[in-house]
Amino acid sequence: MATVDLLFAALFNAAVLFLVTAGLQLIFGVQRIVNLTAGSLYALGAYFGASVFEWFSAQGGSPALLLPVLILSGLLAGQVGFVIERVLRTVYGRDEAFQLLMTFAFVLMFQDVLRYVWGAQPRLLGDLPSVYGTLAVGGFTFPVYNLLVMLSALVVAGLLYWLIERTSLGHVVRATAENGRMAEALGANTRRINTLVFVLGSMLGTVGGALVIPTTAASLEMPIALIVEAFAVVVIGGLGSIRGAFLGAIIVGVLRALSLTYFPELEVMSIYLVVIVVLVVRPYGLFGKAEA
Amino acid sequence: MKTTLAFLAVLAAFAAAPFALGPYYTTLIIPILAYAIALIGLNLLFGYGGLLSFGHAMFLAIGAYASAVMGAKLGVRSFEAQLIVAMLASGTVAGLIGLLCLRYTTIFFSMLTLAFGMIFHSFLFKFYDLTGGESGISVPRPSLFGASHAGLSKTAFLVGPFYWYALGLFAVMFLVMALVVASPFGLALKAARDNERKTAFLGVPVFWVRYVAFVLSGIYCAVGGAVLAVSIGAADPELSFWTQSGNMIFIIILGGLGQLFGPVVGAVSFTLLQDALMANTQYWRFALGAILALIIIFAPRGILGLITRALDWRRR
Repeated sequence: MATVDLLFAALFNAAVLFLVTAGLQLIFGVQRIVNLTAGSLYALGAYFGASVFEWFSAQGGSPALLLPVLILSGLLAGQVGFVIERVLRTVYGRDEAFQLLMTFAFVLMFQDVLRYVWGAQPRLLGDLPSVYGTLAVGGFTFPVYNLLVMLSALVVAGLLYWLIERTSLGHVVRATAENGRMAEALGANTRRINTLVFVLGSMLGTVGGALVIPTTAASLEMPIALIVEAFAVVVIGGLGSIRGAFLGAIIVGVLRALSLTYFPELEVMSIYLVVIVVLVVRPYGLFGKAEA
Repeated sequence: MKTTLAFLAVLAAFAAAPFALGPYYTTLIIPILAYAIALIGLNLLFGYGGLLSFGHAMFLAIGAYASAVMGAKLGVRSFEAQLIVAMLASGTVAGLIGLLCLRYTTIFFSMLTLAFGMIFHSFLFKFYDLTGGESGISVPRPSLFGASHAGLSKTAFLVGPFYWYALGLFAVMFLVMALVVASPFGLALKAARDNERKTAFLGVPVFWVRYVAFVLSGIYCAVGGAVLAVSIGAADPELSFWTQSGNMIFIIILGGLGQLFGPVVGAVSFTLLQDALMANTQYWRFALGAILALIIIFAPRGILGLITRALDWRRR
């Protein structure tokens, strides 16, 4: 019994982790920038989603619309990516250490923006997932909300695959990732592609944050704590690979749930030990490419 | 010559500080010295070696905990013995981790060092018996060169004997680093940063040069960490969190990346800046982040770079 519940919790975690890390991977894959801001965007999505839904409820909105409202507010919050990208653009040609540090500067700034807007107290949206009830299958009960979140993550995975592999925009994005200069010479507007990719990546992070808010409180510890897990996912899966993020998120989600139940002392450690084993055995992660 | 003069000026400024500033501010300077020592080491790796580590807070913490565990758990009060153990422990850990991390450069190196840093952080957090868990371990007053200074109050000890001890340590560590940077080894390290392939072609064992820099930087951070632990009076797990590593990099960038005096200038200005910001606003992190962003965009060579540029401009 416990195993099924455990697995379910693990997969819910994995779904959210996938959304955030897919954003991280997309940005790295195209722009070669490791976006430390991913955690801050995740927290922003959570806070913003909570506020929007509270406002929505106060206007008499039906709680049954929880999921769409949260997704919409996540997409909206992700537009902050425009601002970040605009600043980040100033260091595009520079050493990647500076690009990484620039995103760290944003982590510091976001920390206080969140504190300024939402205060230091953690923020919780009551017991909302129950509006969707539970689903009973063969003696197990699953909260439907969590199932819907997992489903959304799957849909996002499918959409991303379709967008990148099947559309003409995706071709241009891939060409930019492969060789930005050549793509530009062939007429791709790489500047716009960079903006687009960054905003899309940001939206994945904020939507992930918004979806998690009915089940966990939004707090100021969220951004830096998430980075710890997200990095594990990204390294296991291989930097820049969205497929890697998918598998990595499942591995980390399951590992975390297992260690939380059986060896609570070893939560982060067990995750990172796997990270190191993966790096020793497969230096660039499960789906990663060698450094260019 | 210029370096020697500048070094003497820095030493003179630090030596004059306790007389000019009084005990309260002098206690604030000890962490500056501690960070300066640690960052001199990190600057070798990041500034001269071009390897951005996001995990060096770990070595800072190893130093702090070495001092704390020796003093509080094993009853070894001699600070010299604590320093030696800190350096050995950190050198060993760096020696092991370096073998793995240095298979990579660029962003992969940063992420792997971050991974090790986080493992160490959770180790500190979860193994209460050794590390005191979340609350850490308090550090008893160490003896310096065999003298316990038991008659002095805590502040008198810190601003008196310990201040001079830390300053002496800083001077020695700085001079050693100046020699290292100017040596053929230092040149090889810089060459590998600028063009790895060419350097390897010239017969430089790039991996091992970087390896030595990595281990040295770990040792420097541990010494800084031990000094820091005594000055705060405790070693706690937050010392090793990844944001702490980020702050250490921030300080180096602020002072001037890959410049001998960068870490000192950075540590002094960061502490003053943080102190001034915290006194005026509770949103000092935002201000720090904005300053970091501005420095990266407009002054990538940090404060020292700005000064050099201003001097060059005047000379013209």
